[in-house]
Amino acid sequence: MKSYKTKRAIGNAVGYIILILISIIWLFPFVGLVLQSFRSYATEYGGMVDYLVPKQFSLDNYKFLFDSSQTNYLMWYKNTIIIAVFVSLLQTIIQLCVSYSLSRMRFAGRTFLMRFWLILGMFPGFLTMICLYFLLKQFGLTQAGAIPGLILVSVASSGMGYYVCKGYFDTIPKALDEAAMIDGATRSRIFFTMIIPMSKPIIIYTALVAFMAPWCDYVFASYVAFGHDTSYNVAVGMTRWVWTNDYQGYFTRFCAGGVLVAIPVTLLFMFLQKYYVEGVTGGAVKG
Amino acid sequence: MAQDAGKKKTTVASQFFKAVGNGFKDIGVTFKEGDWKTKISYLIFGFGPIMRGQILIGVALLACEALFIWFMTGFGWQYLSKISTLGTVATKKVGRKTVYGDNSFLILLFGVLAIFAVIALIAIWYINIKENRKEELILRNGKKLPSNGEVFHSLFDRNFHKTLLALPVTGIFVFTVLPIAFMILVAFTNYDKNHQSPTNLFTWVGLSNFKQLVSFSGAGIGPTFVQVLAWTLVWALFATFTNYFLGLAVAMLINKKGIKFKRLWRTILVLTIAVPQFVSLLYVMKMFANDGLINGYLIKWGIIKTYIPFWTDPLLARITIIVVNIWIGIPYMMLIATGLLMNIPEDLYESARIDGANPWQMFRSITLPYMLFVTGPFLLTQFTGNLNNFNVIYLLTQGKPQSVNLAEKAGYSDLLITWLYKMTVNDTNYRMAAVIGIMVFVVTAVISLVVYNMLPSVRDEEGFQ
Repeated sequence: MKSYKTKRAIGNAVGYIILILISIIWLFPFVGLVLQSFRSYATEYGGMVDYLVPKQFSLDNYKFLFDSSQTNYLMWYKNTIIIAVFVSLLQTIIQLCVSYSLSRMRFAGRTFLMRFWLILGMFPGFLTMICLYFLLKQFGLTQAGAIPGLILVSVASSGMGYYVCKGYFDTIPKALDEAAMIDGATRSRIFFTMIIPMSKPIIIYTALVAFMAPWCDYVFASYVAFGHDTSYNVAVGMTRWVWTNDYQGYFTRFCAGGVLVAIPVTLLFMFLQKYYVEGVTGGAVKG
Repeated sequence: MAQDAGKKKTTVASQFFKAVGNGFKDIGVTFKEGDWKTKISYLIFGFGPIMRGQILIGVALLACEALFIWFMTGFGWQYLSKISTLGTVATKKVGRKTVYGDNSFLILLFGVLAIFAVIALIAIWYINIKENRKEELILRNGKKLPSNGEVFHSLFDRNFHKTLLALPVTGIFVFTVLPIAFMILVAFTNYDKNHQSPTNLFTWVGLSNFKQLVSFSGAGIGPTFVQVLAWTLVWALFATFTNYFLGLAVAMLINKKGIKFKRLWRTILVLTIAVPQFVSLLYVMKMFANDGLINGYLIKWGIIKTYIPFWTDPLLARITIIVVNIWIGIPYMMLIATGLLMNIPEDLYESARIDGANPWQMFRSITLPYMLFVTGPFLLTQFTGNLNNFNVIYLLTQGKPQSVNLAEKAGYSDLLITWLYKMTVNDTNYRMAAVIGIMVFVVTAVISLVVYNMLPSVRDEEGFQ
């Protein structure tokens, strides 16, 4: 009995050591990001150095970000928030509509529609970039109008991502609908007063995923807003700081900008983590 | 199995032809047996419904026809008529002024749109005939047609899906279907930087782009294509399975009895999902750079003399990408596995323990089969997702290191998708980008089909109940 106990204690100790190592590896880049964002631009160096902890903590980089005479960072930040809020709202509405139709209603062309969308989804998204760019340009939604343009493109095709949400609706018993219909409720009434209130977790999940995506949208955003600094989002603007040739001086500024982007998004995510886990696990099992 | 599939295919085909045959029969029968209102409806959409008092349906049908005629005469026809050549009049300079000729891009795009419009018109024509037939049959049986109000209300009840799907389907058509059809056609043209509209025309070239892709001599980019495709597959395989098994391992470790602070460990890991990838990946990219932190410390501590070329050596770059991807991917898998592991009945382990099974045996014969069974479809979507995992590759290396041995500016860590992106954005080589895009589709579709039919959870749905 004693040997069993010691064996378990050793097992746990090894487990803790591995977990602590993992935590260090996982946290290191984020700690580095925060520390380097405080390195002084003026007295030390803004680029790459071979030490982690700055010799002197300063807010130089943050001051730079808030100085609109030097950078459009605040503008980019505002753009990204606008895009994220609208995309999140509209995308959730569209996915709810599509999921309800496909989960609850049986109509001619339903399976065709689902198969067709599945096949469409196998084409790489960037394939259609030039065509989308041209379509947006026709409506004046590129460069200066890139923000509404990006929202339009992200929302327009979002109906195809109905899988997780439909999977959730499928688990709500159909008997509830039938009972309501016997009582004389219309389909729309069932949708608005019964299904939607019951779907809070999946609505939050859909909205959260949709809200986080625009923060990383580099590819299409850089193409649509090309050359028009004031309609960049944070990803496009800050990626340029790292990639352009004078990035050396901009590295710590990138860190500072990254910290400011990461804080609200991370907090939001942590706050709603429960719903995210629920959605992701449900979606994974149903495929 | 193959025989089965063959049989299925023939039944699907025969069903299709039967449906088409029935459609034609309907059209004929409706015309023969129909009254004059129905007959006029063959030309003027919705005439019959309007005359029978079904104003709402009739006007909608008529509006579709009017819209089509307006679109074609004012706009569509001028493009559709030139689609066989994609324009013949080149843009010229007369003195100082530029005289614009045909614009091949517009001809192709709006030509495709016009073709879709024609298909839609035929479909609506058929719906229109069916509607006439339905109304006539109802009237002949002495029943009453639904009132306009009832028709309208059905859009929120029996036909609620039409209301709900109208906007999403339109959006997907304009922003996905139309562009994809356009780009597929571009693969059969010579649209590249030398044939840039509106200054230059481009035209149909048949299969020559595809030949160039698979040809290993002359201007062919076959060797590069094979190289990029192979790395894409290897990458997807490694990225999917390293994340899967390591994520599972971490989840089991945290779930283990006796480990405390479970929430804390999970929260630390989940940070990589929460922080936007462009921040974390770009920072990690800089960390591994030649003058980055890792090389800096290793040199300072005297472990190495010169920097390790994490991103500039082809093989090392590929390995580093996979390692960094593990950092990104484990938390995601860990979250999924944590939820699923709790679903495994505890008594299974209990009885295994009584039978004297060690932990490894329990993992092999209880945990792993269950996980693989439940997450089969998820693994498949992860794999196809990794085939197209643009962010990780592009933010870390942008496909570099480049080499003169590779055609079309491909790099050693380029996936098909990043190669496609670079062709589109940097080189405006649209024709090859379109060909690569089609290849990505083919690879994804083939793998999905083959693997999907092999999945245990698809073949045997009751397996683990």
